[in-house]
Amino acid sequence: MKYATIKKEDLNQWLAHLQKKAKLYGPKKKENLFVFRPIKDISEITLKYIPTILPPKKYYYPQKEKLFRFKIKPFKTSKAIKEFEDFILFAVHTCDIAGIQCMDVVFRESPEDPNYLNRKDKMMIIGIECLEYCDKYANCASMGNHIPRGGYDLMLVDLGEEFILHINSEKGERLIHGLAYIKEADEKDMARLEAVREAKKKVFKEEFNGSLTKVYEAFNQHFTSGVWQDVGKRCVACGNCTTVCPTCYCFDVLDELDLSCNHGMRYRIWNSCQMDDFAKVAGAEDFRKGRDGRQRHRYYRKFKYPVDKFNRYFCTGCGRCTRTCMAEINLVDTVNALLAEGGNVK
Amino acid sequence: MIDRQILLEKMKTSPYKPMKGKIIEARMLTEKEKFFRIELERKINLSHEPGQFVMVSIFGFTEAPISVCSSPTDKGYFDLTVRNVGIFTDRLHKLDKGDIVGIRGPFGKGFPVDNMFGYDIVIVAGGLGIVPLRSLIRYITYNKNDFGHVQILIGCKTPKELLFSEETNEWMKRSEIKINCTVDTAVGDWHGNVGLITTLIPGVDINPARTYAVVVGPPIMYRFVIKELLKKTIPDHQIIVSLERRMRCGLGKCGHCQIEGMYVCQSGPVFDYSQLRDFKGECHEKAA
Repeated sequence: MKYATIKKEDLNQWLAHLQKKAKLYGPKKKENLFVFRPIKDISEITLKYIPTILPPKKYYYPQKEKLFRFKIKPFKTSKAIKEFEDFILFAVHTCDIAGIQCMDVVFRESPEDPNYLNRKDKMMIIGIECLEYCDKYANCASMGNHIPRGGYDLMLVDLGEEFILHINSEKGERLIHGLAYIKEADEKDMARLEAVREAKKKVFKEEFNGSLTKVYEAFNQHFTSGVWQDVGKRCVACGNCTTVCPTCYCFDVLDELDLSCNHGMRYRIWNSCQMDDFAKVAGAEDFRKGRDGRQRHRYYRKFKYPVDKFNRYFCTGCGRCTRTCMAEINLVDTVNALLAEGGNVK
Repeated sequence: MIDRQILLEKMKTSPYKPMKGKIIEARMLTEKEKFFRIELERKINLSHEPGQFVMVSIFGFTEAPISVCSSPTDKGYFDLTVRNVGIFTDRLHKLDKGDIVGIRGPFGKGFPVDNMFGYDIVIVAGGLGIVPLRSLIRYITYNKNDFGHVQILIGCKTPKELLFSEETNEWMKRSEIKINCTVDTAVGDWHGNVGLITTLIPGVDINPARTYAVVVGPPIMYRFVIKELLKKTIPDHQIIVSLERRMRCGLGKCGHCQIEGMYVCQSGPVFDYSQLRDFKGECHEKAA
């Protein structure tokens, strides 16, 4: 079975079934915004939401992650986590799934990061396709992430009365196995999916004033552009943009001792390249001193460096960095300004 | 070789967990720099390349990247030399013989010793630069017949900051190695050269095509030294440098050491000038 359907009225039944299979995380409302949270009460889940404050990365790449336990005297290290638990991320947008794919590439690259990979191994992803824009900040169409491009176990697409489910892995298959209310999709369902996708083409338009190839070229050419000074002048180096980014993975290391001052835990914690001491060494040399250079570094780590290394853009188009920026630094505007330098506009 | 495999296997299963390293010798070399000789658990050889580094752990104080200053030909232990410049290194300086530290590594790419076989070698060490270069110098002196003519230029601020002075005197006694020292400011009974290390380079007699120049020092030194070496027409890829960066993992993940898209902890810390030359704006060591 490649595609299946589930009636909307049966969705809660299925969610209750999923809760029994593994720990369930999903989007829910928090004041006027949305967050991913563990789901106890199914009615809390909201399927229509704009990108959550933090991407679901907090579950597969925790903000403060235990690396190992240690004892100072006698010197000893031991595992911090005995076993990782199975968990399901429910109703993940395609942009955030693209973010997970980026993280996979980074942590799989040799030398592999077993901490990430062990957690990822236990993760199941059920996506939901957006049929309209979340808000004006998204640039998912330019990034090509407004449509599913793999990286999930199941993908839900709203067909009105029911959802069509794309089954993309064995893990996904297991989540719907043996349930009478989930039926194999027929030709009519497939035709409706086609129609939905066709209608989406009229809604989603490239947000950048140029193709991704042009964007890449602009980044190649305009490293010393005035655009970076302008962004640097406005940036307050708060690090919000990197914290909310689904593909930012830089970290710092932290030791915490208990009251005995002999036992403790080593953690890794999220860090941000926007912090002023991020590239400073003990001898006080600071290799990325200005906010302009640090913002430029952040953009190049989305649109240039990972493209050279992994043939993959590390901007997912979720729009979180723009949404959260206190200084109103807008990603689409910045990229468009760069495109405008040197006549790269299409 | 077996030791190297044990280390690699360890790295694969839990790359963040340090091994036990016992300090078997510790002494102050100058007012600010302390020397440590470390023995790994089960006396495993670190099996490093000259120029590689390790992450040293002190539980409660996290980790720092430190250059290995002994040669892989020194078996059963390895050496570190650390300047007291911050919270971590201050704590490290309080440790002595018999104390335990955590060790991960070795990490990164070392000096390209195999490529350097048969070539003349010019080593330029500014300040603490002599620390990672000691691993190379010891390697070269051990395998002397593999290399051509060796010249070492050492520079520091004042004579009392000169590191490994006894060892330097030993090297001086060897006929096949020529050593030249200079200080920025002469104090006490210093009778040697006075002036920046760059002033020594024009006087160096070399055959550029047959020479590898290896330069390690503070960022500003590279800019001027590389300029002088280029004047000597040494090819870009035969000018070797080692770069210092902030590092938290050594695995090409934490992001701190990046120059543009390159992780210094994995692709470096040793680079040749042809790699450095193409960096746009984030490499302070590049000649202006």
